[in-house]
Amino acid sequence: MSNLPQDIKYTESHEWLKIDADGIATIGITDYAQGSLGDITYVQLPKAGAAFKVGESFGVVESVKAASDLYAPVAGTVVEVNAALDASPDLVNTAPFTDGWMLKIRMDSPASTAALLDAEAYAKLTA
Amino acid sequence: MTLQRTPLYDFHVAHGGRMVDFAGWEMPVQYKSILEEHKTVRRAAGLFDVSHMGEFDVSGADAFAFLQRLLTNDLSKMTPGRIVYSPMCYPSGGVVDDLLVYKRGDGDYLLCVNAGNIAKDLDWIGEQLVALRKPDGARYDVTVSNRSADYALLAIQGPRALEIVQSLAPAAGLGEIKYYHFKDGIEVAGVRCLVSRTGYTGEDGFELYHAPADARALADALFAAGAPLGMELAGLGARDSLRLEAGFPLYGHEITADISPLTAGLDWTVKLKKEGGFVGSEPLAAEMESRASTAPQAQAALRKVVFFKTGDRRIVRAGAQVLNGAGEQIGEVLSGTLSPVLNEAIGSAIVPAAAAPHPLLTDIRGTKIALQLVKPPFVQLKK
Repeated sequence: MSNLPQDIKYTESHEWLKIDADGIATIGITDYAQGSLGDITYVQLPKAGAAFKVGESFGVVESVKAASDLYAPVAGTVVEVNAALDASPDLVNTAPFTDGWMLKIRMDSPASTAALLDAEAYAKLTA
Repeated sequence: MTLQRTPLYDFHVAHGGRMVDFAGWEMPVQYKSILEEHKTVRRAAGLFDVSHMGEFDVSGADAFAFLQRLLTNDLSKMTPGRIVYSPMCYPSGGVVDDLLVYKRGDGDYLLCVNAGNIAKDLDWIGEQLVALRKPDGARYDVTVSNRSADYALLAIQGPRALEIVQSLAPAAGLGEIKYYHFKDGIEVAGVRCLVSRTGYTGEDGFELYHAPADARALADALFAAGAPLGMELAGLGARDSLRLEAGFPLYGHEITADISPLTAGLDWTVKLKKEGGFVGSEPLAAEMESRASTAPQAQAALRKVVFFKTGDRRIVRAGAQVLNGAGEQIGEVLSGTLSPVLNEAIGSAIVPAAAAPHPLLTDIRGTKIALQLVKPPFVQLKK
């Protein structure tokens, strides 16, 4: 997949994670995931302050076809959600890696990303 | 099980169709976006491959009399070139299938049935040919043959459908074909078609029955003629959301072996006064009487298919529970989607008839959502 950003991490359940220098991570779903789901009609997200363990469901993304759980790639506490998705969930379809982001979380342990996939490994997974 | 393919499989793949299993057929659920394809049909036009639908010839001296017994609607006023929609019921009043009847001539009818019901319908009609007798005890003189493999079927739907098909058949007088009428033997882009002014979207449009060998040429010609006018290819996803927005029933959802056409609100298709009765007429007449009855037992047994919207974008999906104000389950959602036009969830549900005036709720992941009952269609339709 040529359109995979190289500077972010991926999960086998098709979330992505971009880590800032200050221990804040931005989370969304991949282009592959939005393509498989089709038209996204609703994104259910937690409130700021909610805390999640690795692999815990933090929300639901709904398409015309199905509702799918979203899983936390790392443990942390939500500091911000993308409020624009309330009115425009289709941003996840049109810009999954940018305007379609879902959560920013403060990571419990910045070193805990070792188990995540890099772009090359994720590309193989979805090939 | 091997999935069946229509003659347009390669056409769908070439146009980016996402192929899924539908009733044993490998069909495009969408090309680019279900929501966009839906809106395109309401705004301009969409082209659907519905070649998986089944076609039966029903012919013979007693074809009319037999179909009158077999189907709930009344075919007695049909003239050649007319089409009637009808449920076909079990003796219980539940539905075997719903179908279109085309009258080509006296003793010469074509039925168009749901893809998933072809084998079941053939078995059922075959049994009725043996079981049903004329008033004098003789068998009906009717031949029923499965012609499904002999027809490909393209539906072009939307306000610009006439303009597009007309551009490929300028001399055929397509504009004069009235809704639920058809003309056979019309050449569209050089392909011989039975042109039917029908559809499943609530928009103006045509369904073109033709030989499978001609399907690719016809689809290519319609695509080339339609694309400049804003037409796009539309898949089964948009077909489902369009029919639900129009308030049309889908077999297996609003009508089933367990949900009668009266329960589904299709009263206009059930002609109880038709001479000689029909398969299922007695329980359907009893259901009609229960509605008029004030006896509590009669009322308690009555169910009703209702349509709802929620004012919320979360889709209420088929199988979801319908709850009363006390939180008790009293019914079930039959179909649900997001209306791309209204931008909110819409659907249908089956509930006790007496419950309909009271608050109805559903639960989506722990949130109670009110179902606001709506008399369909959900949007203003052209047809």
